[in-house]
Amino acid sequence: MARMTMIEALRSAMDVKLMDDPSVIVFGEDVGYFGGVFRCTAGLQARHGEERVFDTPINESAIVGLAVGMAAQGMRPCVEIQFADYVFPAYDQITQEAARLRHRSNEQFTCPLVVRMPTGGGIFGGQTHSQSPEALFTHVAGLKVVIPATPYDAKGLLISAIEDPDPVIFLEPKRIYNGPFFGDHSGKSVPWSSHPAGEVPEGHYTVPLGKAEIRRAGSDVTVLAYGTMVHVAEAAASEAGVDAEIIDLRTLLPLDVETIRTSVEKTGRCVVVHEATRTGGFGGELIAEVQEACFWHLRAPLLRVTGWDAPYPHAQEWDYFPSPARIARALVQVMGD
Amino acid sequence: MQPVVLPAARREITAAKLSFPRPPARPDQPPDFSNIVVPPAGALPVPPLDIEAQDARSFAVGMVRVLDENSRAVGPWAEYLGDVSAEQLRLGLRDMLKMRAVDRRMLNAQRQGKTSFYLQCTGEEAIGCGFQRQLERGDMNFPTYRQQTLLIAADYPLESLMGQLYSNDLDPLKGRQLPIMHSARDYGFFSISGNLGTQYVQAVGWAMAGALRGNGKIAAGWIGDGATASNDFHSALLSASVYLPPVVLNVVNNQWAISTYTGTAAGKSETYAARALGYGIPALRVDGNDYLAVAAVSRWAIDRARQGFGPVLIEWFTYRVAAHSTSDDPTAYRPKDEAQAWPLGDPVERLKAHLIVRGDWSEERHVQAEAEILDEVTAIQKAVEAHGTFVDPQPISPAEIFRGVYADLPEHLRRQRQEMGC
Repeated sequence: MARMTMIEALRSAMDVKLMDDPSVIVFGEDVGYFGGVFRCTAGLQARHGEERVFDTPINESAIVGLAVGMAAQGMRPCVEIQFADYVFPAYDQITQEAARLRHRSNEQFTCPLVVRMPTGGGIFGGQTHSQSPEALFTHVAGLKVVIPATPYDAKGLLISAIEDPDPVIFLEPKRIYNGPFFGDHSGKSVPWSSHPAGEVPEGHYTVPLGKAEIRRAGSDVTVLAYGTMVHVAEAAASEAGVDAEIIDLRTLLPLDVETIRTSVEKTGRCVVVHEATRTGGFGGELIAEVQEACFWHLRAPLLRVTGWDAPYPHAQEWDYFPSPARIARALVQVMGD
Repeated sequence: MQPVVLPAARREITAAKLSFPRPPARPDQPPDFSNIVVPPAGALPVPPLDIEAQDARSFAVGMVRVLDENSRAVGPWAEYLGDVSAEQLRLGLRDMLKMRAVDRRMLNAQRQGKTSFYLQCTGEEAIGCGFQRQLERGDMNFPTYRQQTLLIAADYPLESLMGQLYSNDLDPLKGRQLPIMHSARDYGFFSISGNLGTQYVQAVGWAMAGALRGNGKIAAGWIGDGATASNDFHSALLSASVYLPPVVLNVVNNQWAISTYTGTAAGKSETYAARALGYGIPALRVDGNDYLAVAAVSRWAIDRARQGFGPVLIEWFTYRVAAHSTSDDPTAYRPKDEAQAWPLGDPVERLKAHLIVRGDWSEERHVQAEAEILDEVTAIQKAVEAHGTFVDPQPISPAEIFRGVYADLPEHLRRQRQEMGC
């Protein structure tokens, strides 16, 4: 077992797949010679050659459009969008093309591709390097939407995504690329090497898509979170002194409703946490699922702790980012109700 | 506050004027194509397969034409084509006649309410019919919705084509797609999206995959003059220019994007072909109503791509004779008799005249062939209609909505299907 950061784990996943499947190729802006602005593909071109790992022009629509054409022929492109904030020129190719090709062609053509992109805030990136657009993809039939919270899951989920027969949006919480983040930006940063989830096997393994993971078992309240917020929620629960059951959703689409239902039926309370803006956010979908599945087990109103419905700020980042204190308040509130 | 009055001279300096391109004629005016220069047939040479963009300007702004005013095949491109057998040319004519018969019958069916939507390619038959006959099995077209010619010339079964239009149980796409949005992988025809332009860059991706796999296959992208304005036109040309995959990028310039005159997509560009030169991609403009020019340039371009000399763009110059679709009335925006005034004539009439001049065809045989083809198409239409039309529906199972969204049915879709009651 090796110690890896999430960046190294993602790189290892691509390396493993580039080795064992000649149809896998990796491309995007700066991903070739240089190895990506976050270094996720560092060394892969040197190891696998320019035909397998290469740079593209700054044209997201082309990055995904080319990948759709390649995937339709049976290749398995794993492409990078430099920041999730830059995905919008490719939104047409993702939502109208990749997502629907299997269905509209009655399976004459399919689209096994992965679109990786760093998502979320916490790095002082301002409004164009901090957004969390997951709900814009979970609303699209035909896509799968994945977001890991640990290096181990990042690698196992990315290998599953590359092997999946359908298009996968793979969101990478960039705040936890190098270590878990517990919501206190002034605190000392913790590297993944000192965290148990930083232990990652060198070779091939998978973490299944569509399966949530209970990060912390608890009996008082279920917290539904994903990405960076899994760790922030853990910190918040201990700050609040609440015995929370923290569920890392890992895959948002298709959603593991069973794990959620089992937990909420046990706890009777549920708080949803995400960085993205609230209105129309994925939290609303989670609340609706919980309400439909668990209404008669609920002991308190369902709450959401999210980013505000404003553009992601630069200087005021920590007033925007859902803090452990805000989450703790929500936990205390549902316990008091 | 006093209004600020600029001195007269200053006003002139700041008087920037916007341009709003207008067609030469509107419905109340006589057709006017005096702005279109039609070069003589045989004027352009055949470039070497490895021609570079900087040497292709005369091809991009000129027009490759083979059939002259006496219906004879002349010039270097006729020689490049070599001895085309009468059989081959009659096949091309039959393809176009079949296309016209299918368009006629299906337009009629739409008017009878048997299908919700149809869209003809009248006047553009030579382009897809001529191009498709030059492709090999395994090559892939990325078409728009006006390239049904590619299916006809690929001998795609009319039962499948019409079944798709009627969304009945012969529809290979199970009623999921709007009529005319065909998909026929085994016939080299990629699934049509309906979102304009997206297929153009996908064609480049497909061609890149072919080159990476070394399978010797090429891709052909198709786009209309209107959709050259879409961002994926740029994405495709740039990607093709960067990676040099085996792709033929076709622009069908039929002068109209629904009601919008081609000048609104072209702006100050000289031709659509000339745009490719800026990307370092050689390009040719071709008389798209000249079946022999289409066949010759298609063969050249496909050969160039297959031999590894990189992408090429072809602007097929033509005219959309029919309405955009059955939801469109062109008499609202262009002269009614504009098609008759089109300077490049009708592709069927021109090939027919050439065959007659060669001594390989006659008026009588033509009339007979038209009647035979129409009978054949009508007979298949009747058989396909027996499987259901919009007037007499035999619905496809609603459960088809959920099939193929993903490779495996996820739990939430299983629950929704159950909720629907299937």
